[in-house]
Parts: sequence; C-alpha cells; structure tokens
Amino acid sequence: MCLAIPGHVVRWLRRDPPFCEAEVDFLGVRRVCNLSCVPEAQVADYVIVHAGVAISLMDAAVAHQLLEELRSIENPVNRGEPGDPHE
Amino acid sequence: MKLIDEFRDPALARQLVESIRGAATRRWTLMEVCGGQTHGLLRHGIDEELRDVVELLHGPGCPVCVTPATVIDHAIELALRPGFLLTTFGDMLRVPGSDRSLMQAQAEGANLQMVYSPLDAVKLAQELPSTQVVFFAVGFETTAPATAIAVSQAQALDLPNFSVLTAHVRVEPAMEAIAQAEDCRVNGFLAAGHVCTITGYDQYYRLAQRYRMPIVVTGFEPIDLLVGILRCLQLLEQGSTEVVNAYTRSVRPAGNVAAKEILQQVFVIADQPWRGLGEVPLGGLILAPKFRRFDAVDRFGLERTSIAVEDECQSGAVMSGRIRPTQCPHFGSRCTPQSPLGAPMVSTEGACSAYYRYSNLVPLNTSPAS
Repeated sequence: MCLAIPGHVVRWLRRDPPFCEAEVDFLGVRRVCNLSCVPEAQVADYVIVHAGVAISLMDAAVAHQLLEELRSIENPVNRGEPGDPHE
Repeated sequence: MKLIDEFRDPALARQLVESIRGAATRRWTLMEVCGGQTHGLLRHGIDEELRDVVELLHGPGCPVCVTPATVIDHAIELALRPGFLLTTFGDMLRVPGSDRSLMQAQAEGANLQMVYSPLDAVKLAQELPSTQVVFFAVGFETTAPATAIAVSQAQALDLPNFSVLTAHVRVEPAMEAIAQAEDCRVNGFLAAGHVCTITGYDQYYRLAQRYRMPIVVTGFEPIDLLVGILRCLQLLEQGSTEVVNAYTRSVRPAGNVAAKEILQQVFVIADQPWRGLGEVPLGGLILAPKFRRFDAVDRFGLERTSIAVEDECQSGAVMSGRIRPTQCPHFGSRCTPQSPLGAPMVSTEGACSAYYRYSNLVPLNTSPAS
C-alpha cells in the first residue's frame, strides 16, 4: 500500500491548499495529482506520488550521487573512473 | 524511466550482493518493516540470493492486514445501507471481516466503489449530493496525508455527504512492540522508506538506542533494498546502533514538514487495536475533534466496541516474524489468494501473498508426488 511512483510536474493547475493540483507525467501517462505536501515543487521537478498525493520532492542530484558512489566505491574496478560504468 | 531503471540495474545489484557477502562475518537477522519491501525482496529473489548471510523476517507493514475485522464489518454495514456508497482501495475488498468480505457483501447488494485516492471519493461526494459517500481509510503515515487532505477539502467545501471510516495506523509503535518482545530475534530494522518520507527518522534514534539495534531507512527498488541490507550489516558488524538513511532521494531527517502539519491538523494519535497483534499503544490516528463530524462511526451511530475475532489465520505470528508464511499449516492448502483465511494472503503487501506468488512451493529436494 505504501508504494509510490515518481513522475515529473508538467504544469500547476491550482495553488490553493488543500486543493493544490498539478498535472504530473508518469512515463507519458499524465494524471492530476495533489501537491499540498510539496508546495515548493516546480515544473520539471520529480515528485513521488502515492494515492494521488505527492509525498516527496525527489532529490535527483542526491540520487545520482548515490549511484555514482555505489558504482565507484562498491566495485574497485570502477574506482577513479567518473564515466558511466555501463559504457 | 528516469530514476527507476537506475535503481534496478542488474550489474550494480550483483556488485552489491558481493559487497554484502564481503561485509558479513556471520548470518544476521533483519526485519524489513514494510510489506512493499517484502514483495520487492521476494519478487527480485533477494531473500533467496542472500539466504546464507542474512535472514529476512517480514514485518507488520501491511495496513490492510492489521485492519480489525470490526472495522471491515462497519464498512459492510454502511455499504449495505440504502443511499450509501462505500469507497476504498482495491486491496480492502477481499479481506475477510468477522464473517465476510466487502466483495462478498457486494453480492448481497452492498454499494462499493474502488478508488485510487481518497480525493476521488471527495469528487464522488460532490457529484452525488444525495448519496452518503464514505471513504474507508486504511494505511500508514504514507497514506494518512491523502486522507487528511480529503477531509480538509470536505471541510472547505462544507460537504454534508462525505465521511471517513478510519483505520490509519502508525509504524513506530509496531516496531517497538516487536523490538521489546522477549523472543525478538531481530538484529536490525530496515525501516519503511515511504513512511519515513512523511515522518522523517529522528524518532528512531530512541528506538535504536533503547533496543540496541541499528535502523536503516530503506527504499523499495532492488538497489535500494540491497543498499539497505548492506548498510545494516555494516553497522551490525561494527557493533553500531546508529540510524542511517539509505533512501536519501526521498527521505529527509525531519520528513515532509508540510505533510506532518496537515496530519497534525486533522488527526490525533490514539491507542489502536491491530488485527493479529492486539492493542498497540499510540498505534493509530483518529480524527481530531475539529473534524469529528466527518467520522463515519460517530455520524452513523456505529458501535465502537471491537469484538475479538477467532482467526484461524496466524497473521500475528507472521507479522511479528515468529513464523514464516510457509510454516503456517494452512498456507497454500486451505488458505490461498482465491480463498484466503486472513488478510496477509489477500493484500498485495501481505507476506503470505508474496510467498504464494514468488516462492517455489515445492522444495527442491522433494520429488513431486507421482
């Protein structure tokens, strides 16, 4: 039940709480979501949506940083190679 | 998809599995709190892959599973009343109450509608002014803000035909109940990432210190789950009882402040009976006095007393990690997703349902009956 999926904000529709609404794109599927819990979200930001409500503003920079750290630290082969290890 | 596929990268997953093997000098026992994590671990075969270094116990984080039968009975009672429409998440429909489920009651004329969000129920109430629309609200702190926003909207719109039947529960007291049990085997917790997205994790420092176990806030994708396990094993190997956030892209230490404010306006914390686990002190959320007029139990004069139901289902033992689903004598025989004895076999987050879906039911060392 606690599953939530990320999507990006396409456009704000209304800003008045508790009705704050924006159109959010999930892999091309667009849905109106309530953004009362992330009023600071801007267009193109990724939000994590659960039961029609955005519960978090996803920190994409932190996500990429973690992936980079994992790829370099956990695997000694990749240490010191800043490029994409898939390449 | 951006920021999903990267967290399902098989090469990185293999690398993490090796790191986990390298980090463990013994076999540790961890409990993942959330049912969504349980399904992720089984779906991706992580529990099997790491069986030699870590035992994963499955926690109580299935809100559908812990919703008391009495509340389901209330939902059925309301759905059968003329002029009522009972709305809820799809997961709730097949969970047995005292004697039947909502879906079975539908055959007797219960008026039900599955919704994706409580906000859809508010819209239905606006569209159907002569119908009493009741939202049957279950879920942990992840879901409670959606209910709180729905109730706030109903208040702002002054909707006379919208109400909620609440069974919202809080994760932390359930974790504490498990940690303080004398026969607790858990060495460390993988805390529920989306609950912590709302609540933050400051409250876990006390738990970690008191029960001498590390707590790692963990996400749901395979890489998230593996990182959570790795961090927890590293802490255990160091003898540390730290709290670590391994789901940093979503969780901040203080959680989602706006969501917490909405929750504090609409709900108050209360003791709550959990199906299978009994009364959990401070284990639930009920509507605050200011919003009590939206409480379906009050509005429609339902009995608050909870009746203990004799469950053949061993959900309490499963949800506290005392037995595995496959150790239940009814698993896969009298109890299946088509004909469940209890909620953990029904819910898409229930541990029994996860084992039924993803486990090989025939042990490898037994030959099929001829």
